[in-house]
Amino acid sequence: MQELGKAEHKSVRVTPKSENRVVIEKDLSSEEMILNMGPQHPSTHGVLRLECKTDGEVVIEAEPYLGYLHRCFEKHAEMVDYPGIVPFVDRMDYLASMNNDFAFCITVEKLLDVEIPRRVEFMRVIVAEINRIASHLVAIGTYAIDLGAFTPFLFCFRDREHMLNLLEWTSGARMLYNYILIGGIAYDFPKGFKQRTAEFVKYFRPKALELQKLLTENEIFVKRTKGVGMMPADVAVNYGWSGPMLRGSGVDWDLRKEDAYSIYPELDFKVCVPDGRFSNIGDCLSRHLVRAMEMEESLNIIEQCLEMMPEEDGFDPKAAIPKRIRPKAGEVYGRAENPRGELGFYIQSDGKSTRPLRCKARSSCFVNLSAMKELSHGQLIPDLVSIIGSIDIVLGEVDR
Amino acid sequence: MSTGALLPNSFPFVMSTSLNTWSDALSELYLFGLPFGLIIIAAIPLVFIALYALTYGVYGERKISAFMQDRLGPMEVGKWGILQTLADILKLLQKEDIVNKSADKFLFVIGPGILFVGAFLAFAVLPFGPAFIGADLNVGLFYAIGIVALEVVGILAAGWGSNNKWALYGAIRSVAQIVSYEIPAAIAILCGAMMAGTLSMQQFNLLQQGEYGFLHFFLFQNPIAWLPFIIYFIASLAETNRAPFDIPEAESELVAGYFTEYTGMKFAVIFLAEYGSMFMVSAIISIVFLGGWNSPLPNIGPLSLNDWTTGPVWGAFWIVMKGFFFIFVQMWLRWTLPRLRVDQLMHLCWKVLTPFAFVAFVLIAVWEVYVK
Repeated sequence: MQELGKAEHKSVRVTPKSENRVVIEKDLSSEEMILNMGPQHPSTHGVLRLECKTDGEVVIEAEPYLGYLHRCFEKHAEMVDYPGIVPFVDRMDYLASMNNDFAFCITVEKLLDVEIPRRVEFMRVIVAEINRIASHLVAIGTYAIDLGAFTPFLFCFRDREHMLNLLEWTSGARMLYNYILIGGIAYDFPKGFKQRTAEFVKYFRPKALELQKLLTENEIFVKRTKGVGMMPADVAVNYGWSGPMLRGSGVDWDLRKEDAYSIYPELDFKVCVPDGRFSNIGDCLSRHLVRAMEMEESLNIIEQCLEMMPEEDGFDPKAAIPKRIRPKAGEVYGRAENPRGELGFYIQSDGKSTRPLRCKARSSCFVNLSAMKELSHGQLIPDLVSIIGSIDIVLGEVDR
Repeated sequence: MSTGALLPNSFPFVMSTSLNTWSDALSELYLFGLPFGLIIIAAIPLVFIALYALTYGVYGERKISAFMQDRLGPMEVGKWGILQTLADILKLLQKEDIVNKSADKFLFVIGPGILFVGAFLAFAVLPFGPAFIGADLNVGLFYAIGIVALEVVGILAAGWGSNNKWALYGAIRSVAQIVSYEIPAAIAILCGAMMAGTLSMQQFNLLQQGEYGFLHFFLFQNPIAWLPFIIYFIASLAETNRAPFDIPEAESELVAGYFTEYTGMKFAVIFLAEYGSMFMVSAIISIVFLGGWNSPLPNIGPLSLNDWTTGPVWGAFWIVMKGFFFIFVQMWLRWTLPRLRVDQLMHLCWKVLTPFAFVAFVLIAVWEVYVK
């Protein structure tokens, strides 16, 4: 029987020897189909283009093509002075502009040796963590919509609106803030901001629970994500993954702890790593869980910061900003934990100019996306959508 | 078109002499030698589909989804946005009717037509109350299931004719899904047919008539009837491509599935067909298990609620309301649940629903033969 089975298997391939056996197969060409996904596709989160080689519904290989949103950030950065780069940084990961500003400013400050007022540090962490929650809400919401659940998406955006209002109130802009400046912050918090933020934290906790019940514990959602897009920890590290993606693979790595920048070492929060009880470690569900848990942790951080933040009347947040930002000669790499992972800036200064000689951005989404080929091999098209959603790319940062 | 001849002699209830009177009278109406009444009979379901799709299907769904999602929904056109659907139709009418250069023109054009015809023909055997039915066939239920399956041809024609890979994926998924889910759906319906002993739609209704209202419905007449009821409801979701089985038109995967390339009125016709078949499956489930046009209210002592709410107009009211209730549940599910994957869908059909449908079939057969 086994012999027969083997012979049958061989006959599928059309070779000259078995010509007389598979006449029908010869007329039916059964090659793979190239399926172009994107750049205009609802679930590529922007203008990502995937060239999928498909065999029926199974994706044999998915090759990402980038560059549809390339805006020459690095070249622009060489053309403007340091404070002028901040608005460009805003536009990289447009869902987490505060965090981008934060990463860029602490990088330049490393070259500058400026003393940052303590209140400014707290303000920075508060706005960055608010923005982290907002960004994770978009990630979770769009992930839900990728899997066909429309309502969680709108719930997420409803709650995100409150955060955008808060940030707009203090910075004047809804998405692209230009709020965290090198050596300071643009404006002090308006009167009542602390109270409003505390109210928001109180409002958001039950909403996060509602989201968990509606989406995370939904059986269909778990079925669609559990065990899909598995990424072992060692491979994830080799690909240079960071942020929720790496933690989803079970690696306890958070730059807020590892690098201990700003006032993070003073705060009490834990690094969210899934324990493998609800999800298989390294799958799409783990990555989703990390984001959901991180929102809770960010709420804790905000609460602590609001409590610990020193109050000063007539505080000038711009006091520490140097008149002319001209860093000493040298090079520096600074990084911060963004909602999507490690955002790093490599800056080279010649010590004479007010403009950087070279400014390179290490984008977290770009690095996370690089594992697409590995993740997509042999997956179904719906699973491919699920995987892209779990990577949580923002094409503005991928292409810069 | 007399129904008396179709009924068995041992029919348990007093045969209502007013059955199908309106449609019978209409079918004998001739004007200038033309069967004008027959045209009216055909036009009534058509007008009904159009009106219900406009009001409840589009506007209602948008408002219901808005209610569930904590937002307002359409508010701009008219008071509370009631004219929104009208604006949508005007927009669709103005749209350019694009046919791809590379499309198979014949299939592309005929696809939505077949789809709509399949959905619309089923309405011929749908009783809009005790006095009105297009054609009281003695195989009405069988006909309805069969003719709705015609939609598969339309979907395949639309998907293949579009010459678009995404549309083709949608069409193939859709055909696989609808053909698969017809099996548990048909077996579940067969359970109802066993309880009734007939396939005629009007007789289904008559058999569930009685002074105790909902207690006479087949769902409450048999202890296992809830099983085929649930199976048919789930399968009907899949057959009409509604969430969580909206895999053929999964907007986040396949953009729009088999109708990706359609514009303007062709697109509208596809939607009309979808809403038509949504109502059809809802009507079938309410006829087979929930008494169709019979009032669910029981007579309680001197309050003869059932008698007061029975009649041709009340019948139309009840069947439409029951249908709308199931459509509401369909919408509710759509705005709550994520989408299943293709293989999970097939797993649910072949390994869960079909075996359970067989179990229900056997149990109900045993009950009907030995217990009742």
